[in-house]
Amino acid sequence: MGRYVARRLLLTIPVLIGASFLIFAMVYALPGDPIRALAGDRPLSPAVAAQLRAQFNLGDPLLVQYAKYLGNLTHLDLGTDFHNRPVLEIISDRLPVTAKLTLVAVFFEAVIGLVAGVFAGIRRNGYFDNLVLVSTTLIISIPILVLAFLSQYIFGLKLGWFPIAGITEGWYSYLLPGLVLASGSLAYVARLTRTSVAENMRADYVRTARAKGLPHRTVIMRHTLRNSLIPVVTFIGADIGALLGGAIVTEAVFNIPGIGRAVFDAVRGQEGAVVVGIVTLMVFFFIFFNLVVDVLYAVLDPRIRYD
Amino acid sequence: MTSSSGYISSTPALEPNPTAGPVLEVEDLHVEFRTRNGVVNAVNGISYSVDQGETLAILGESGSGKSVSAQAIMGILDSPPAVIAGGGINFQGRDILKMNEEEQRQIRGPGIAMIFQDALSALNPVYSVGFQIGEMFRAHRGTSRKEAKQHAIELMDRVRIPAAARRVNDYPHQFSGGMRQRVMIAMALALDPRILIADEPTTALDVTVQAQVMDLLKDLQRDTGMGLILITHDLGVVNEVADRVAVMYAGRIVETGTVDDVFTRPAMPYTVGLMNSIPQVEAKGGRLQPIIGQPPNLARIPSGCPFHPRCPMARTGAAAAPDRDCVADLPPLRVVTVGREAACHYSEELLNG
Ligand SMILES: Nc1ncnc2c1ncn2[C@@H]1O[C@H](COP(=O)(O)OP(=O)(O)O)[C@@H](O)[C@H]1O
Ligand SMILES: [Mg+2]
Repeated sequence: MGRYVARRLLLTIPVLIGASFLIFAMVYALPGDPIRALAGDRPLSPAVAAQLRAQFNLGDPLLVQYAKYLGNLTHLDLGTDFHNRPVLEIISDRLPVTAKLTLVAVFFEAVIGLVAGVFAGIRRNGYFDNLVLVSTTLIISIPILVLAFLSQYIFGLKLGWFPIAGITEGWYSYLLPGLVLASGSLAYVARLTRTSVAENMRADYVRTARAKGLPHRTVIMRHTLRNSLIPVVTFIGADIGALLGGAIVTEAVFNIPGIGRAVFDAVRGQEGAVVVGIVTLMVFFFIFFNLVVDVLYAVLDPRIRYD
Repeated sequence: MTSSSGYISSTPALEPNPTAGPVLEVEDLHVEFRTRNGVVNAVNGISYSVDQGETLAILGESGSGKSVSAQAIMGILDSPPAVIAGGGINFQGRDILKMNEEEQRQIRGPGIAMIFQDALSALNPVYSVGFQIGEMFRAHRGTSRKEAKQHAIELMDRVRIPAAARRVNDYPHQFSGGMRQRVMIAMALALDPRILIADEPTTALDVTVQAQVMDLLKDLQRDTGMGLILITHDLGVVNEVADRVAVMYAGRIVETGTVDDVFTRPAMPYTVGLMNSIPQVEAKGGRLQPIIGQPPNLARIPSGCPFHPRCPMARTGAAAAPDRDCVADLPPLRVVTVGREAACHYSEELLNG
């Protein structure tokens, strides 16, 4: 197992290099002049503009720019934004905010999704099962952007239950954005759990457990749910990485100063270094959580062995 | 965690009724599946009894209701859609079907235990075999986890799994088919059941392993004096270990008797067909003749004798004796000679002809 994890971790290095180059190239290919955009409506003297271009290597061809970026990376220098703020500082500033948002989202996803799925699966085709089926279909079919604006309008503006935007009210400000961010995955977890539980209820080993005279609760908890949760837990783990992508939209709509919001702003300002730094970090998290899932999978299911 | 009631040492459900006869007595048992496409009559009034130390073999084509009747006795039918539509199951003189849920649970394991055909799917893949065997002690006797594991090792030794102490923490997939079936047997025998139901215990195994597992079962039965209900396709095995045979067709018992009687002189044409269609050790080289036609659809069982569409002896109309028209009159299971019963209007002709 240790060797397997080490090999997987080593493999992330070429993946991250490739990913960062792709992102780099995409930012490079964006139309428009980032220095102009930075200046906005104010006139910018040609001398200052030229100096900025030189400072950020904007005049160099793509490959040269990228080589210089990688060179700086070797001593942990991720570059700066156009206001000379180190990208590393931006990340360390904003990552905790996104971490909180993701944590809230995963909490909703796991608790609501699992509970709904388990009860739907135990009594499949019952009233509750159908309710879950309809509501999850609805949630899955609505784009997250629409869901975000809708819930912001209804629960924030009209009903006033939650803050409309920002994070001034501590954890409470994360509830609504967290739920929005979780919604799609939550619906999927409910479906996955439901199917998995319903399938396991009919498994031969559950029949054996009953034939052994185990109490009903033991049959359900130990021999049905434990087995059913394997695919669900692994999905939730892998989904943490994917939630970071969804955070870009959610943080933009709810004006939450996390890394998602930072990427959103940086793309608009064509802040190459910021975009590359943060998105590459997101890619890393994605890979990392997938690795965690694979390890977890082997822990949960003794039939899975690596090496 | 409050169900301490399950751990009390004397369980009333398990105490024998002193006036009782056989350990297990099934009376006119009916099981049906109420499905969207209609009612499937899987078991239609079967009766049998098993005494201490006795082995009853149940034979029949697949789909004849052997497993469903066993599951009904175990209380592990899928309901819905399964419904026990009538009859009684007396265990040590008490009707299980009249007991409450908790009393029934207390019988599963210490009273009646069951082993299944496919041990790989019947064992939970995510728990060690020691844990799964030990669960019997923990659930029925409140034994500690550690002690239960110790019992598990002893049981694995008893079913002759080599290096039991080392393998107790292994998972089902780490065992061979034969060893896995031994684990199932160890689990079933953990609490010294009075009755063991073995549903095709060797069908999934290699021929050489089959014999070893059957030998083991036979030895264990001799040591414990439990009654054994053996559901099998293997007539050789039946010949070797069974005292009595019950042949099932379309959810009914159509013939019963001692192994010798039934095998040497069948009293029902279906039994004859069954003998000719299953390979037997003795009759090596003999031609196998499958029974013509399809097993009946249990949602629409044929009128009269359910076997009549496939029966070479079937008589109807003018050819039939009064009230013995195979297409119209259902033959009851009746005594044909001493100690044997058959459900055929013309058993005597088979026996004498
Ligand atoms: N879950 C179920 N739903 C509907 N019908 C079933 C179900 N399980 C079994 N049956 C019916 O019961 C009949 C007897 O099955 P079974 O007892 O398993 O046969 P066998 O004699 O091969 O063990 C089958 O032919 C099938 O029609
Ligand atoms: Mg069967």
